[in-house]
Amino acid sequence: MMIEIEHLSKTFGPITAVDGVSFKVDKGEVLGFLGPNGAGKSTTMKMIAGFLPPTEGTAKVAGFEVRKRPIEVKRRIGYLPEGAPMWPDMTPRAFLEFIARIRGFKGDEAGKRIETAIVKTQLKRVLDQPIDTLSKGFKRRVGLAQALLHDPEVLILDEPTDGLDPNQKYEVRELIRGMAETKAIVISTHILEEVEAVCNRAIIIANGRIVADETPAELAARSTRHNGVSLVTDAPAKIKPVLETLPDVAAVTVENDDRLFVQPRDGRSIVGAVGAALRDIDAKVEQVAVEQGRLDEVFREITT
Amino acid sequence: MQNIITIFRREMSGYFATPVAYVFIVIFLALTGVLTFYVGNLLGRNQADLGAFFNFHPWLYLFLIPALSMRLWAEERRNGTVELSMTLPVSQGQAVIGKYLAAWCFTGIALVLTFPLWMTVNYLGQPDNGAILAAYLGSWLMAGGFLAIGSFISALTKNQVIAFVLAATLCFLFVAMGSSIVLDFLSDWTGGGIADFLRSISVMNHFVDISKGVVDIRDIIYFTSLIVAFLFLNVVAIDRLKAA
Repeated sequence: MMIEIEHLSKTFGPITAVDGVSFKVDKGEVLGFLGPNGAGKSTTMKMIAGFLPPTEGTAKVAGFEVRKRPIEVKRRIGYLPEGAPMWPDMTPRAFLEFIARIRGFKGDEAGKRIETAIVKTQLKRVLDQPIDTLSKGFKRRVGLAQALLHDPEVLILDEPTDGLDPNQKYEVRELIRGMAETKAIVISTHILEEVEAVCNRAIIIANGRIVADETPAELAARSTRHNGVSLVTDAPAKIKPVLETLPDVAAVTVENDDRLFVQPRDGRSIVGAVGAALRDIDAKVEQVAVEQGRLDEVFREITT
Repeated sequence: MQNIITIFRREMSGYFATPVAYVFIVIFLALTGVLTFYVGNLLGRNQADLGAFFNFHPWLYLFLIPALSMRLWAEERRNGTVELSMTLPVSQGQAVIGKYLAAWCFTGIALVLTFPLWMTVNYLGQPDNGAILAAYLGSWLMAGGFLAIGSFISALTKNQVIAFVLAATLCFLFVAMGSSIVLDFLSDWTGGGIADFLRSISVMNHFVDISKGVVDIRDIIYFTSLIVAFLFLNVVAIDRLKAA
């Protein structure tokens, strides 16, 4: 087990930021850490990375307890802090050289590590510009390069794609996916499509507590739209009453003028029955799609 | 040790990557020059020494050193890099010492750059160069003491202005404690005990001895303990900051 967290709590004066959080992450897992702002995502990550001491509970990384063996833990973690803070006057090159040295790499080995990190995060163009002058996207990628440089067993990335454009987001996700097999990765994000794209597990945290810990698909299946059928037709008025009579259909709603959404009872599969019914009445339908469920809807439901 | 050197190098290059280094050095040299020649009247004293130069150092350092130290930790806290520093495999002590040593060596560089004054007195007469060297050492140790105070204060706040004002005030107390105004006032009121104690922990008292060329091991121990004590507090402050 690469990360083991038990009953982790953090209070700031009267405020409880994290309240008895427990989970484990193994090699090969990409854990998406979700939750509204202020839910305790960053605080939890800071505690795993050894920046904040927990008020209660323990965090272990690669078998080492963070409070007792902080240096051992920090050696094994690549950490991208919230907002990717870096010394603004340094250039990415000088910054990465510093990181390589502080991580104990010297000479050729350091050069190779830096080169690999630069290629992975595509920083070549901006290597000698002060970090201060870089765009948000480049800054974030310098932060990622820093976290990846020593090829750590555990990656803790706090909002790794924040501020990136869609192409850069895609690249960073590919990068994370590419490393997933050999590492334990925890990413926090607000972007739910990101969870579906890169994570094989999602934890939702609200008010400092874990409210869901499932695969993204299981999470989506909680949606009332899961297995629902949406179809586009020019005669919604004719079709709607027919579909409403089907046994497994809970409701049929008109969305826009020509789009119908057929909601199943208890998430049952209804696409076959709907198709048969449409053929029976010989209805003209342009599009039929089965929905997987919407993460944002599930997210809203369990965090509010 | 390797980590301290790595942090030291990053800090040092930081000074020269920004105007901080150049502004500090230029202002330091300009002020020492003005004070030495116009206020201290180096040439009119008819003495081949640098007393006119060193006498002003406590007062000069009073605001120049806090200006240098105010950013040490306050800036890291403000821009969040303290979180990065503290999640790298480095101990707090190593980080504090690395940053401190870089700042201290930097003041050393500024001090060395006043060598034209030394050349001047050597050109004009035969000064006691051993005494001058001792005074330089004393000045550098005093700068180190002030820097340690400033570094500690800087770790207490995110705000550099607050760090500057508090550090300057604390340094002033350490200087003024040894001045005769304070000491006379106190000995009138409380008898000799407290005044003697204050005198013994005042920066001024120890600096004046060394700047006259008397290198007493007690003065060296004093400055070393001052530095160690405040750097220790610095580490504690960083630890508390993480806990907050």
